[in-house]
Amino acid sequence: MPLNGAGVQQTEGSTAASPTEAKEDNMTDNGHQQQSDNGCNHQSPNQNHKPQHGDRPETQTLPMPVPDPPIQYTKLFINNEWHESCSGRKIPVYNPATGTLLCEVEEADTEDVDEAVRSARAAFQMGSPWRSMDASDRGQLLNKLADLVERDRLLLATLEALDSGKVFLMAYFVDLMATIKTLRYYGGWADKIHGKTIPVDGEYFTYTRHEPIGVCGQIIPWNFPVMMFAWKIAPALCCGNTVVIKPAEQTPLSALHMAALIKEAGFPPGVVNVVPGYGQTAGCAISHHMDIDKIAFTGSTALQPFICAHVYLTVEHAVEQAHSGLFFNQGQCCLAGSRVFVEGPIYEEFVHRSVEKARGKVLGNPLLPGVDHGPQIDQKQFDKIMELIESGKREGATLECGGSAWGQQGLFIQPTVFSNVTDDMRIAKEEIFGPVQLIMCFRTTREVIQRANATQYGLVAGVFTNDIDKALTVSSALQAGMVWVNCYNAMSVQCPFGGFKMSGNGRELGEYALQEYTEVKAVTIKISQKNS
Amino acid sequence: MVRNRRGHAARSLVCVCNRQPTLHCWFVSCVPQTSTMLRTVISQALPRLSRPAVCHFSAAAIPAPNTQPEVHYKKLFINNQWHDAVSGKTFPTINPATGEVICQVAEADAADVDKAVQAARNAFKLGSPWRRMDASNRGLLLHRLADAIERDAAYLAELETIDNGKPYAVSYMVDLPNVIKCFRYYAGWADKWEGKTIPIDGDFFCYTRHEPIGVCGQIIPWNFPLLMQAWKLGPALATGNTVVMKVAEQTPLTALYVASLIKEVGFPDGVVNILAGLGASAGAAIARHMDVDKVAFTGSTEVGHLIQQASGGSNLKKVTLELGGKSPNIILSDANMEDAVEQSHFALFFNQGQCCCAGSRTYVQADIYDEFVERSVERAKRRVVGDPFDLKTEQGPQVDQEQFNKILGYISSGKREGAKLLCGGGVAADRGYYIQPTVFGDVQDNMTIAREEIFGPVMQILKFKSLEEVVERANDTKYGLAAAVFTKDIDKANYVSHGLRAGTVWINCYDVFGAQAPFGGYKASGNGRELGEYGLENYTEVKTVTMKVPQKNS
Repeated sequence: MPLNGAGVQQTEGSTAASPTEAKEDNMTDNGHQQQSDNGCNHQSPNQNHKPQHGDRPETQTLPMPVPDPPIQYTKLFINNEWHESCSGRKIPVYNPATGTLLCEVEEADTEDVDEAVRSARAAFQMGSPWRSMDASDRGQLLNKLADLVERDRLLLATLEALDSGKVFLMAYFVDLMATIKTLRYYGGWADKIHGKTIPVDGEYFTYTRHEPIGVCGQIIPWNFPVMMFAWKIAPALCCGNTVVIKPAEQTPLSALHMAALIKEAGFPPGVVNVVPGYGQTAGCAISHHMDIDKIAFTGSTALQPFICAHVYLTVEHAVEQAHSGLFFNQGQCCLAGSRVFVEGPIYEEFVHRSVEKARGKVLGNPLLPGVDHGPQIDQKQFDKIMELIESGKREGATLECGGSAWGQQGLFIQPTVFSNVTDDMRIAKEEIFGPVQLIMCFRTTREVIQRANATQYGLVAGVFTNDIDKALTVSSALQAGMVWVNCYNAMSVQCPFGGFKMSGNGRELGEYALQEYTEVKAVTIKISQKNS
Repeated sequence: MVRNRRGHAARSLVCVCNRQPTLHCWFVSCVPQTSTMLRTVISQALPRLSRPAVCHFSAAAIPAPNTQPEVHYKKLFINNQWHDAVSGKTFPTINPATGEVICQVAEADAADVDKAVQAARNAFKLGSPWRRMDASNRGLLLHRLADAIERDAAYLAELETIDNGKPYAVSYMVDLPNVIKCFRYYAGWADKWEGKTIPIDGDFFCYTRHEPIGVCGQIIPWNFPLLMQAWKLGPALATGNTVVMKVAEQTPLTALYVASLIKEVGFPDGVVNILAGLGASAGAAIARHMDVDKVAFTGSTEVGHLIQQASGGSNLKKVTLELGGKSPNIILSDANMEDAVEQSHFALFFNQGQCCCAGSRTYVQADIYDEFVERSVERAKRRVVGDPFDLKTEQGPQVDQEQFNKILGYISSGKREGAKLLCGGGVAADRGYYIQPTVFGDVQDNMTIAREEIFGPVMQILKFKSLEEVVERANDTKYGLAAAVFTKDIDKANYVSHGLRAGTVWINCYDVFGAQAPFGGYKASGNGRELGEYGLENYTEVKTVTMKVPQKNS
């Protein structure tokens, strides 16, 4: 599905041909440069409210959404073919910015999952094209898929914005860039997953093979639909598994478009099967299936601490990072820095500046330029966030700004800041998953470590300080799978991501993710005489 | 080492197909294919899957070559620009199939090396675009280079053939796909070459960074010009070094064309500099340069000594060497005879015998010796020698007059020292540097042809009785690059493969290369390893960073 005339970011254009320049153009690169310049790789040019007056010299080349994008794929993708659901039921898919119906998508249930698993199992048979393929060719398929995503980047970003309500430019620069990089990164791993030869005792020769696990069931959430799709399938495929993946019922469109690209790239039938459906039916069928060898799930999580201590010259930077660390993606990030702990001496200033930032947000249709804050994903989330905001007011937190719904239609919530939040309030304990920032005060490092860790979750944390000893002490002490120092949301595909405690099992991304998708087989052969 | 059943040879450098006079079959596409021979084996073992099996070169698979490709780049490539030599000198590069001059090429010497090193040093400065580039973007550049080479593969294959003499079908189906795969492989490594954090004793936090070494001098040979360039550039660039490469004076043309692609895909100025020149001038200038941090050389052991000495005599630059060999190829009596004969023929004669890893000592167990010799001679006589642009040609000319003379000299010494000349032994054409496929039987370990690297189409067959004896004789050489054993017995395969002193051992196959598998020599065959993850180590400095912390916690 080439996007004729879309014109802004063509696949083989200068961006593709010249990463050096691409870096300047695409502010979303994950790297030292971005981290030191912006401190946050999730920033896009749009994040400072005025993309048209941003610091990019060629602002007129900002990508634009595809007008009235065609929604071509609404069926179940099984064995590289499009199927209607066995039950005949469909899922209505809404635009959360307007509440209008975008389309209906086939709804997978148990029988459809069975069919998808059969197809994935067949693709995994010994001697199948997929099993007998060279690892480097698996890598090439993933690279090809990355090329196709790059080609259709505008359309995918538009679908993503329409379907999830996220700001189009964010979808384009963050989600799609991450998707492309993830596919390329794991494309590179495919033929680098090494076993070992092992000097065992006795007259034996021993080696290990890293084999794929088999059929992997994967269930992904609605907050980063296409990026999560890539995070899940890329390591699974590079290790040689086959996949049955269920996108969230709220956001199936980009996943189905990806399915079409998977077929176009040339993956053999059955290697990837995409079954949109509800958690209680299709999701449950996947997680209970007797012929699925591995299950991967991304879903609800919780409150991440963001600690700001002893900031000397960089309060502004810390405020900015705390702001984007929470409000990015309408607060709908499993890693949102939702509890901001600020040291006493700078507390007042920090709150003041944070409120200014929050008030500067531009709400509106996420497809429009200039808008940097979209709607929440659905009514259920909206109601839950509003209920928690009310509880915050009731329990005595100071509402500094926001605190109510916005606009005549759509599920918008004003960017909200609470100060004087205490650890025992509901808003400090429960996951809000919305644009609500909580700012707390602390006095000592020891105290803040203890308070930050006093949760059953441990996904990510951030600390801001110029003091090298404090940075090392706090980052070592925090019980979290990822700790950022003087930055936040500095994600990159090379770097493992996952949670301590109840935030999860295993790691995604980086080399570590490969362990989740491989079985290690030790082969021992008797030999007649050992020699070193 | 462990691959699925379908196919070693499907991954091998060349897959031999015994029924076809034109034997090479290389798989370029993403869809794996197998040779007829393998298909036969597989269809017995696994009744499954109709896999498209294409064995010989079909006309459709190889684009018809332009036998007189135009040469676009003849100058020195420094700082992404084309330069004449400082001295103004040029040298002729010759088509070995005809002995005619193709064109004149700018000849680098010490002054040009200085310029190139300066450009590479600038590109490596702290804060330069190349140093600041994300590793993943270095990888993307290598991917784009692979794409550009793939786009121009037919032209590059033509250029390689006219300059080197190797059959066009081999250039196109073997060299080019391997070049592309090598660049893609190292593209993937760029952002996966990870340091460690290390739990040292005391209140410290310790980690390692894998940093590039700096300016790398790379000196490559003429036998696989493009492939050797890829083997060298891939790991050096993936790890973030800058490069001054000297290509062989016999075969400068394809490397210079690749230089233009390096510029086209967007490598920053000075990251790669490519010079054509002679070893004694330009090569020596690199080896002794005080501002080159590392030198990598592929070529003869004789020159390898000089490179190492030049490092010791200058700035102790790091040295990696991939040198000569006299690789034993051991055929046990239980081996599949037909397969062993074909593979052994290929092991020696591939690329006109101009392989550092050529199986140039074929040890055959006594009870099958006579049959093996007879079949090998018969196979060598069938070898098609001729115009390298003819798709039926298996063997082209040797690369130049010097090699041609040297090989004929070795053939004379073989006859003189009492080996039995079973076929060939002479010149194969009126013009060009063609030599007949030659087989010597009854070769003794102390003969010159059994001890020295001939680097030509001359096969030595030796007889042995026991495993212990053959391992000892096979190891009795100053070289240790490669070796092979043919047997169906798993115990013997393990015993011999573990006992051989060689950097690569093939079992029931030969010349199976993959970008993923390391290659390099024991003993005087070299230092270090190329390809695979191991190849990255030769282009990396490890920096240990240790930081005091107030209090350690696990």
